[in-house]
Amino acid sequence: MTTVYTITYVLLAAAGMLTVGRLLVGPTDLDRIVALDVLVILITAGVTVEIGMRREGWNIALVAVVALLGFLGSVTAARLVERKGSEQQASERHRSEGPEPGGPERQEPERRGAGH
Amino acid sequence: MARQVISAVLLLTGAVFCLLGAWGLVRFPDVPSRLHAATKPQTVGLMAILVGSAVQLAPRHAAGLLLVVLLQLVTAPVIAQRVGRAAYRTGCVRHDLLVVDDLARQRGRSARRPEPPGPADVGGAEPPPTPGRAG
Repeated sequence: MTTVYTITYVLLAAAGMLTVGRLLVGPTDLDRIVALDVLVILITAGVTVEIGMRREGWNIALVAVVALLGFLGSVTAARLVERKGSEQQASERHRSEGPEPGGPERQEPERRGAGH
Repeated sequence: MARQVISAVLLLTGAVFCLLGAWGLVRFPDVPSRLHAATKPQTVGLMAILVGSAVQLAPRHAAGLLLVVLLQLVTAPVIAQRVGRAAYRTGCVRHDLLVVDDLARQRGRSARRPEPPGPADVGGAEPPPTPGRAG
């Protein structure tokens, strides 16, 4: 059984290294967001293997919290990137074609100052 | 003994799936295909590892791990949808690799739709915020 745990940890560590490579290389921000999400999943998997190895249940709450935090972080970062990109596109359109009434991406100006 | 065999098989399967997902994350060419590699094999691998650890635990701890499985099943499609939408809107999609592009059809239709004649909207300026009881 120790061999099984060792092989599992080695495979997870190799996956983590590949993911960190994508995190460092990744050409866009969205690649890095995806890589961070995968890294959170791999950390969750590693903690879970440790739980099964020791047969103790005290850090199951840690696993749940890490999974939820990874979800919240990924969704928030994706939303931020989406809004930033659409603002850039809207400003380019504004510069090239002139003002466009009622652009579909620019209709929420009041949310921009909400994150103090 | 049977529990240990089941647990070992599930743990190794899950780790192999996680490794395949990470390899796809490195190999694939653009954001949606990397997202495909990042969500599906990773979720299957994490589920296999969680169930493989839950087999060895007491039932109440195993219930906690199954809750994490449920959480992952609920949250992974949400992440994939948000990131894919952001990738399409910010132009991180290689259109020569797409087979079907439903969003382009939707965008084309909405762009071709004639705009409603509204002379009040043409000015482009938003109405000034009313001072006073707004807060």
